[in-house]
Amino acid sequence: MGPFPRSKNMEKFGQRKDAVDIVFQRTMLVFPLLVLLIVGGIFVQLLLSSWISIKEFGPAFLVTSTWDPVAEKFGALPFIFGTIVSSLVALLLAVPIGLGTAIYLAEYAPQWPRRIISSLVDLLAAIPSVIYGLWGIFVLVPVMRSHVQPFLGKYLGFLPFFQGPAYGIGMFSASVILAIMIIPFIISISREVILAVPHVYKEAAYAMGATRWEAICTIILSYGKAGILGGIILAMGRAIGETMAVTMAIGNNVKISASLFSPAYTLASVIANEFAEATSKLYLASLTHIGLVLFLVSIVVNILAWLLLWRINERQKIFQGR
Amino acid sequence: MVRKILGLTLLIGLCSTTAFAAVLINGAGATFPYPIYSKWFDVYHKMNPEIQFNYQSIGSGGGIKQITAKTVDFGASDGPMTQDQLNEAPGRIYHIPMVMGAVVITYNVEGLDKNLKFTPDVVADIFLDKITNWNDPRIAAANPGVRLPSGSILVVHRSDGSGTSYIFTDYLSSISSAWKAKVGKGTSVNWPVGLGGKGNEGVAGLIKQTPGSIGYVELSYAIKNDLDYAELENSSGHFIKPDLDSTAKAAQGVKIPDDFRVSLVNSSNPDAYPISGFTWVLIYKDMEDHVKGKAIVDFIKWAIHDGQAYTEDLLYAPLPAEVIEMIEKKLEQVKY
Amino acid sequence: MNGRKSFKDDEFSFDMNTMTGISSAWSETKIKERVLTQFNQTRARRNIINATAVYGLSFCAILVLFCLFNIIFHLLVQGFSSLNRDFFLQLPKPVGEPGGGTANAIVGTLILLIVAVLVGVPIGLGAGIYLSEYAHQRFAQAVRFTTDVMNGIPSIVFGIFAWTILVVPFKSFSALSGGIALGIMMIPMITRTTEGFVRMVPVPLREAGLAIGTPKWRVIKDIVVPSSLGGIVTGIMVSLARVAGETAPLLFTAFGNHFWHSSLLAPIAALPLQIFSYAISPFEDWHRQAWAGALVLILIVFVINLCSSYFVGRQRRMFSSHK
Repeated sequence: MGPFPRSKNMEKFGQRKDAVDIVFQRTMLVFPLLVLLIVGGIFVQLLLSSWISIKEFGPAFLVTSTWDPVAEKFGALPFIFGTIVSSLVALLLAVPIGLGTAIYLAEYAPQWPRRIISSLVDLLAAIPSVIYGLWGIFVLVPVMRSHVQPFLGKYLGFLPFFQGPAYGIGMFSASVILAIMIIPFIISISREVILAVPHVYKEAAYAMGATRWEAICTIILSYGKAGILGGIILAMGRAIGETMAVTMAIGNNVKISASLFSPAYTLASVIANEFAEATSKLYLASLTHIGLVLFLVSIVVNILAWLLLWRINERQKIFQGR
Repeated sequence: MVRKILGLTLLIGLCSTTAFAAVLINGAGATFPYPIYSKWFDVYHKMNPEIQFNYQSIGSGGGIKQITAKTVDFGASDGPMTQDQLNEAPGRIYHIPMVMGAVVITYNVEGLDKNLKFTPDVVADIFLDKITNWNDPRIAAANPGVRLPSGSILVVHRSDGSGTSYIFTDYLSSISSAWKAKVGKGTSVNWPVGLGGKGNEGVAGLIKQTPGSIGYVELSYAIKNDLDYAELENSSGHFIKPDLDSTAKAAQGVKIPDDFRVSLVNSSNPDAYPISGFTWVLIYKDMEDHVKGKAIVDFIKWAIHDGQAYTEDLLYAPLPAEVIEMIEKKLEQVKY
Repeated sequence: MNGRKSFKDDEFSFDMNTMTGISSAWSETKIKERVLTQFNQTRARRNIINATAVYGLSFCAILVLFCLFNIIFHLLVQGFSSLNRDFFLQLPKPVGEPGGGTANAIVGTLILLIVAVLVGVPIGLGAGIYLSEYAHQRFAQAVRFTTDVMNGIPSIVFGIFAWTILVVPFKSFSALSGGIALGIMMIPMITRTTEGFVRMVPVPLREAGLAIGTPKWRVIKDIVVPSSLGGIVTGIMVSLARVAGETAPLLFTAFGNHFWHSSLLAPIAALPLQIFSYAISPFEDWHRQAWAGALVLILIVFVINLCSSYFVGRQRRMFSSHK
């Protein structure tokens, strides 16, 4: 390379344009376009591959509960049901615990345990899904079968959710694993949101004689509502798309049952189990169709979370700006 | 520093890539014969170090699909391909039987001192969710003197497309009209009840882990994992314990068609175990790759002769002599 | 002066309220009202509630830690007792035979990660730099939004995508398709962290470069990127750690292999796949190896994460020295 071309006239900083600069800028443009292209490509590919199924079953695919590869009748309802229930139960378990931990970390914990616990929580987030599944099969499921489920069946057995034999493997165990997997998300996002609550408000509450707990309930939680909700939705997105750990623990049965003890199936785990071995074209297209549903659901969930969290970000910017 | 690490890892990658430039033959399919296939591939690789067979036990449905899509060099299945599936394939596909095996009803019930006995209708009704408790009088009727515990039955079936499921549902369809009408036979079916396990491994794993469960696996998976398995009443009314002899008897007196696609379930032989079947490898008649084609055919020739010696250890029944002759003739038609 | 300040405060609170939509809720009277409703209860009762809350909240934290320690405990105990030399040096044994190892899967995972880095890093890095240095507000916002959405797409969907574009046309499961699936998954995180750290490079630093007549691309290459390198590497490491343990996208791309892989276009073994198939199997010895594999996998993930915190520390020191 020779000497760098320089323009003779002094221009505004950063506005200097020469040939290499323009080429460089154009080349760099390829990368963000590639990002857009990949996401668009995923959508198009999913749509194309599932086209026969979309044509054959139409929107009824989402509300049909038969999944019969012999008769080639496919409907995604059992998987949608399994996905929604397992995610909701997981949230029910994870939100109070996660939020509680986040409040503890942000408001109560002294400096050193705060730092240690925070990094341990990050560690929890870093454990791969398949390892959660392994732990689920060999540690959690036996405990569920011999202790937790009989206990729940005995004392809460009048509810339809806790009826039926305790096999360990099933919706409940999968939900517990999911809950453990999404807790780190809820903790880290809620903690950020809580820490972002301006001190003046808290101080105002204390000044009026509020106890710490009252300050948390009245000020912090309602101020951070949107952000915490965003975090919860994001965590739900994770739970919906989670594949391996769920596949290993949920029991893989195409059946809609009210009991949490019975085996179930989710959108992601049916793809994991059956995609490589779907024999007919329609079968494969139906599985891709499920992939498409999963893709669209995850996009909707992320848009929701994004809208909620974006507001928080903007607000924080104002405070930083001050 | 970063560059050094990157360079080092790249180096490792390249070394391992170039150092093993052998013929790699990819196969996929049935989990039913997986124990013997992996033994064969291991032994064969030691005899012919330049040839590697990579076999993934993803289920027979997967074997059929992947060979049809030509994403593997050979498929394996214990459910024969249907005529539709054969027509859909881009070339002529041969079914080559490799061994015979038995699908056994295996269960995890504590406190039993001997193997349970089942009649066909009881098996069908358990899998149809009509018999749901271990102390059901119909189970007890076939097992006089056995103290059956009270507890619900947990059915375990395959979650993947499976030839074991094919053989099992083929059997259930042949003995139960209710099953035939409601579920039918196939590598994947719409199970009325139960947990899904991935592969014979997965089903055996679930049964081992779960008290009160019942399921079906290939004989060797039951024996190798110390699972209890049932004696089953065959078409002649005898209770037969699945083993090598009773499995082998299932093929006696059965006319083997030229394309080998034959069902051996519910054999009329009075000593035969009723849920037995061939397991096939699926290959194209016209192989695209000469080297791989030759390697596959050579391997099959070895497996149906010398390879049959390993069957007993791994609890499969060897092929009948006349079938081996038929296979040899068939292999001569394979072009590579 | 005083008047001006209060005007500013007003302006600020107006801004905040429109942004948050919580308009009147945060006036002084509202806070007062909210807090004062609590005073209906006696002081003693309020103190008791306050004290119990501490226990409730710490119980949550303890529960979370208990789960973590339980997982780590089992990994260490079962994993360490199962690790041996063979595990790192041998190929898998035939089904049901004890012994053997997963040397090919460990190497396979490293190779998949290399492919992933080769795919994910250039795209993520380029997109991040473009977003920070060139993009118009709207375009940048669109790409940012896309990356956020992409971050939330279930990993198995990337597997289907790689299968349709690479496995079907090439007619073979391959290391390449698996690596590319993982690489695509790395893009969003690399893009966002790169953009963030590049943006943090102080403006005077850039201006210094531009002032002596350096073209913008040279400023980016020689000033902006090097001074945010620590942060960029951190982003790469974190995303690498995330995909290192991914199993779902590999199920029908990398596929698994019992031997050493022969080329990038052939199936390849991967540690997470191996753990999965061993874990669901009935064989005791495979369970043992699944735990050993899990321990090795998690060590790989943690080492990558540790490296990333080293780089982020370096980045921090760099910026603090600028000040």
